[in-house]
Amino acid sequence: MLNAAPPLLHVDGLKKHFPIKKGLLTKTVGHVFAVDGVDLFIRPGETLGLVGESGCGKSTVGRCILRLYDPTQGRICFQGNDVAAIQGRDLIRFRTQVQMVFQDPYASLNPRMRVREIVGEAIRVHKLHPGRSWREQTAHLLREVGLSPDQMDRYAHEFSGGQRQRIGVARALAMQPKLIVADEPVSALDVSIQAQVLNLLDRLKERFELSYLVIAHDLGVVEHISDRIGVMYLGRIMETASDRDLYQKPLHPYTQALLSAVPKAEAGQRRKRRALLQGDVPSPINPPPGCRFHTRCPEAQSECRNIHPAMIEITPGHQVACHKYAEGGKDCP
Amino acid sequence: MNSSKILEITELTTCFDTPEGLVRAVDGVSLVIESGRTLGVLGESGCGKSVTALSVMGLLPKPQGRISSGSIYFQGKDLVRKSPRTLRALRGSEMAMIFQEPMTSLNPVYTVGEQIAEAFTIHEHLPKKLGLQKARETLFQVGIPSPEQRIHEYPHQLSGGMRQRIMIAMAMACRPKLLIADEPSTALDVTIQAQILDLMLNLQEETGMSIMMITHDLGVVAEMSDHLAVMYAGKVVECAPVDVIFNAPGHPYTLGLMRSIPRPGRKFSSGKQALAEIPGIVPGLIDPPPGCLFAPRCDRAFERCRLEMPPLFNLKDQSGSSHGVRCWLAESMAQQPATQGGRT
Repeated sequence: MLNAAPPLLHVDGLKKHFPIKKGLLTKTVGHVFAVDGVDLFIRPGETLGLVGESGCGKSTVGRCILRLYDPTQGRICFQGNDVAAIQGRDLIRFRTQVQMVFQDPYASLNPRMRVREIVGEAIRVHKLHPGRSWREQTAHLLREVGLSPDQMDRYAHEFSGGQRQRIGVARALAMQPKLIVADEPVSALDVSIQAQVLNLLDRLKERFELSYLVIAHDLGVVEHISDRIGVMYLGRIMETASDRDLYQKPLHPYTQALLSAVPKAEAGQRRKRRALLQGDVPSPINPPPGCRFHTRCPEAQSECRNIHPAMIEITPGHQVACHKYAEGGKDCP
Repeated sequence: MNSSKILEITELTTCFDTPEGLVRAVDGVSLVIESGRTLGVLGESGCGKSVTALSVMGLLPKPQGRISSGSIYFQGKDLVRKSPRTLRALRGSEMAMIFQEPMTSLNPVYTVGEQIAEAFTIHEHLPKKLGLQKARETLFQVGIPSPEQRIHEYPHQLSGGMRQRIMIAMAMACRPKLLIADEPSTALDVTIQAQILDLMLNLQEETGMSIMMITHDLGVVAEMSDHLAVMYAGKVVECAPVDVIFNAPGHPYTLGLMRSIPRPGRKFSSGKQALAEIPGIVPGLIDPPPGCLFAPRCDRAFERCRLEMPPLFNLKDQSGSSHGVRCWLAESMAQQPATQGGRT
């Protein structure tokens, strides 16, 4: 699906390094290179999935986009405006347009607030929906996410995990956002509940003309919900492609290994060996030089150990950062 | 073939006293594991799969939890009737367990070498030095590089995958006949999960141990187990050889689970469509309603489902393997109610 609209969000060369402080004078002794040069964009109405293993920096990217972290380097543009430079009233507006859904529905809802306060607070504060009482609007939102408005006066602990995640989604929707960053929206939920929340997200996207950045470690979830997918490893994006290309023609050895490592839920899989990758992900405090993946890559060459591979485009929309494809592709702008 | 059964659980009921009332976490569960085979136990949180495992190991939290009826025959001995002392001697030598979160199951103030060596000093009465020597060999066996260094390290110095390997090394130290693995790969990344599952399969081939694999992940079950028992709200709702269930799931809950997981690639073969949902949530186990506990969420439920709990019907398929399904819809296809569940 090629969509020519200008991107809603544009991230260019994003870096986020966290200092490691030690001792009485909190001297900086090193850095965690959590995100180390990430480019991505999201078009209006599009869902971009970011997939990767723990510690690859995918959540940090999400938090930088929301301006919960200030980037060390790089630019994040939302609707053409540099997010880092937004101030005053514009910042308040920005906060309403980009919302977040968190992983843990038990920790991300205030246990002392009733549902109507959790969902309705921001409507009151920002004076959204003039002409409609915030109570009406809250009831409307609860219905949209599949909860009953009768439950408005309850506290978060009275709900199950899946219902709490619905409350979290209603809270995000209350701001009439353009972009929702969903960080592992279903990984804390039971299998039979995951499908309910994924379907809800899909339905709301159509209904409210939303765009999503979905961050997850589960390839099945990411592929189901996304239009395009970026695969991250140790702070960098290794491959971006449409959902179909990524699944049918994975190019990067890491993507291939990830796809093959997922156990398949079907008959005849018994005792199939599929661990292609040995060892652990290196520490982001001391990332390896050259290609970040070369320490575990079954196809690593000598140049991979020294030279960081540039992102190259193989087919339209399918980009990969791997020396293997240096001949066949053209440089990305 | 009585001799080849390593574990036979019959009509096990385990209760917990809670401030809200009595909870039957496990309610009449029957399972069989044959030696050298793997039984997968699949279910969502609160279905009783972990409590079944803790009942076998004699590790139920006291005093709230207790086995109120049923038997657990392990190598011909009923564990329900054994003293805590006898169970303690069996744990770690004849049967062992690994848990989901390796960091909370390892002792942070002892080196991993000391923790593994403990199994040898306690169960095999080896001197400490020899125990450490054996610990080193065990670490090598589970694929930990440079074990002579690692035995002197503490759990916090290791990665998640390494810690799970240490847990497996501890469990495997005395070559148990039965390994109970409770979500051993759930907390790990997929590439590390693949390594740990491969390791467990290799160790099983080498030692011929039986495995009870507890998980919520259909993919892990498909890859690891010979037989599968699906649990829902404290009961086994379906049990059969794993391929039988994946080819022809008999219980609406099993079918619902299979349809509800997003699988890579499916949307390209059959077009993007909404995932099939199982509506509603798992029922509470205090004062459960009569009838099938899945009936409120089941799209095929009828009158009888709400009134009467179905027995485990035995569907005989072409290959002759038994296929137990706890559903009234299976009644017409079954010859007689199955007497045993979870046969492997």
